Amino acid sequence: MTSLTVNGDPMTLEGTTVADLVAQLQLQGRRLAVEVNRDIVPKSEHDQHRLNDGDVVEIVHAIGGG
Amino acid sequence: MSDPLHIAGKTYQSRLLIGTGKYKDFEETRQAVEASGAEIVTVAVRRTNLGQEPGEPNLLDFVTPDKYTILPNTAGCFNAEDAVRTCKLARELLDGHKLVKLEVLGDQKTLYPNIAHTVRAAQQLVDDGFDVMVYTNDDPIVARELEDMGCVSVMPLGSLIGSGLGVLNPHNILLIMEEAKVPIIVDAGVGTPSDATLAMELGCDGILMNSAIAHARNPVLMASAMKKAIEAGREGLLAGRMPKRAFANPSSPSEGLVS
Repeated sequence: MTSLTVNGDPMTLEGTTVADLVAQLQLQGRRLAVEVNRDIVPKSEHDQHRLNDGDVVEIVHAIGGG
Repeated sequence: MSDPLHIAGKTYQSRLLIGTGKYKDFEETRQAVEASGAEIVTVAVRRTNLGQEPGEPNLLDFVTPDKYTILPNTAGCFNAEDAVRTCKLARELLDGHKLVKLEVLGDQKTLYPNIAHTVRAAQQLVDDGFDVMVYTNDDPIVARELEDMGCVSVMPLGSLIGSGLGVLNPHNILLIMEEAKVPIIVDAGVGTPSDATLAMELGCDGILMNSAIAHARNPVLMASAMKKAIEAGREGLLAGRMPKRAFANPSSPSEGLVS
């Protein structure tokens, strides 16, 4: 179990990688971008990038705006 | 008549760029974008809602990157660092897409651009390989600086974002256009189709708008009106207006009148 902050809220990750987090949040297949501790983790690395206790994760997507 | 707009190596037939904020729902957004004829559509980047249901609709399913040039923007950023960070997230989100709309705002009341931060962010983004379309004030010196540092389009405000007051200082827009070699897009302030036509008659290369369409009573109809207004202004500019005269000049011949 890994304790993270995701989009400003505390969260416990049951798996180990960014891909596991995306799956746990039921966001697989969606168009999004992930940042861990202010560094972008490219999509191609989601299933290798391991998350550690205390990591701060941002998950963003496109919304309406001008 | 073919009169395309060139931005960052791509060619566009439409000179109307539109935002996707403030619509009732994604379907209305899709219909307004369609009716506007816009080919460049700007979107914001925000935290994903983590409590969502699988399959919840997403804006980019309605306004799709295969059909439109998606222009991610940095709206809501009040410093250079946040704006650069947002652009990098957008590039990842859109699979390496380089075209961004940079805006760094000064305060909530005016949403006026913070020029010092805008210039700093623009330089960092250009250095990092982005194609930067930059929202700025209507200062011709600032516009020249932004162009010189490599921005692909300079986008002066007509008036404050969301104000609908039209182009308040057309003389400054003219000063900017006189020198510019990159497309000048009036971004913000247009409220009505006639505002859009006037801006195009001034000679600007295009207009970016959101509220004027989204806040109309009938946004889809307004999108269509704006499309025509921009085409009318552009064609009017290219056609060249008649000279103004102080006195009347009859349109019908004065000879051959019955007496």
